[in-house]
Amino acid sequence: MIKRDYRLLGEDARRAVEIGLNAAQWYHTEVPRKDMKAMMGRSDQPAIRDTLILFGAMVLFAGLGIWLWPSWWSAPFWLAYGVLYGSAMDSRWHECGHGTAFRTAWMNKAVYEIASFMMMRNSATWRWTHARHHTDTYIVGLDPEINIMRPPALAKIVLNLVGIPDTLAYFRSAFRNALSGPDAAERSFIPQSEWPKVTRIARIHLAIYVATLACAIGFGSWLPLMLIGLPRLYGCWHAILTGLLQHGGLADNVTDHRLNSRTVLMNPVSRFIYWNMNYHVEHHMFPMVPYHALPALHRAIRHDLPAPNRSMAEAFVEMWPILMRQLRGEDVVLERRLPPTARPYKDEYHAELPRLGSFTAAE
Amino acid sequence: MSNWIDACAPDDIEPEDLIRFDHAGRSFAIYRSPEGEFFCTDGFCTHESVHLADGLVMDHVIECPKHNGQFDYRTGEAVRPPACKNLRIYATRVEGDRVQIELS
Repeated sequence: MIKRDYRLLGEDARRAVEIGLNAAQWYHTEVPRKDMKAMMGRSDQPAIRDTLILFGAMVLFAGLGIWLWPSWWSAPFWLAYGVLYGSAMDSRWHECGHGTAFRTAWMNKAVYEIASFMMMRNSATWRWTHARHHTDTYIVGLDPEINIMRPPALAKIVLNLVGIPDTLAYFRSAFRNALSGPDAAERSFIPQSEWPKVTRIARIHLAIYVATLACAIGFGSWLPLMLIGLPRLYGCWHAILTGLLQHGGLADNVTDHRLNSRTVLMNPVSRFIYWNMNYHVEHHMFPMVPYHALPALHRAIRHDLPAPNRSMAEAFVEMWPILMRQLRGEDVVLERRLPPTARPYKDEYHAELPRLGSFTAAE
Repeated sequence: MSNWIDACAPDDIEPEDLIRFDHAGRSFAIYRSPEGEFFCTDGFCTHESVHLADGLVMDHVIECPKHNGQFDYRTGEAVRPPACKNLRIYATRVEGDRVQIELS
């Protein structure tokens, strides 16, 4: 396997820029402007409804968890609260970061800040990592949000099901940001005007965690930590599982989202938690379309996309053998078959690949 | 010295929408506000040079189709990150049945 350098200031980043993979022209399906305008349209109503349901359910589950504490009968309610805190907030962070969830700007901002805190992400930093993720999706050395590298770091992936590596990384960067602002890699994608905000957010987050810890010690109880902080660990598994499916086992260093992103049909509960980001090819191709219109977008462009996986289980069954082969050192990715109605993958979207890595379709 | 350029017919742009207009090697975005007024800005987003023509006009804001940065197209002001740098704006007028933009 060709060794990849995932550092943002590393050798692959330099080569990607050299061959024009940065900020490249990406493939997209043609959609009539009138239809696209209708799907891009913003509305507060669906997100207000979903947010009230989400926070209402969190209050209910946390209340029952506290009421039954310390009995083990409280465990199911903490698990439910944790999934909403540590997984549903990931998709809220994402959608409100794009500014597409609500029509009203302050609502997007408010939910974005809350969700960023709960997901242990510096809201100022991560706005820019995600912008870069959309500019350079799975371009090695340019995309800071590649969650399955080659070879896959399986131990880290498994530990992240309970949030350990992400939490440790968050507190390391939070302390560093609070003391000295963004580091060199962060400064490569965050505009200088935003650097003070990175520091301010890190200090606010740390102050809340210190206060929570002080409450736990002062009251001699785990409950403050069960409500704030720990659910990011015991409830993030759903976000990790869905996140792995977004791009796992697919190509890197291509400029066609049909090659590097995966759409998976999911059950209604997972779709609520994930806020329809299971339509991931569609989201990357048209990030302007709000979560509630992604099913309509899927229907509008599915003739041009690989067939979606029919369930999370089916997607994992498809992805896992590829990851295992990559783990053994094989340069292999899954090239998903297009329907006859689709415009074919074009060489120009990945013609330069041999210089950066590989593009070997799995059998 | 002012230099008015014919860009399009008023009906080429729906209310609360925009079109792309290319002229002399430059690219512009021409907007029609909900009130029916016309505005013009540079065509490419100041964040990462994506053309705004595929973006979404909401009231007096244009949202970039790639990263959702927003600008007030009347003033060019960047109002939502990742757009941080303002767009350049150009004067417009309607002469007869043509929308014109002023290039200096």
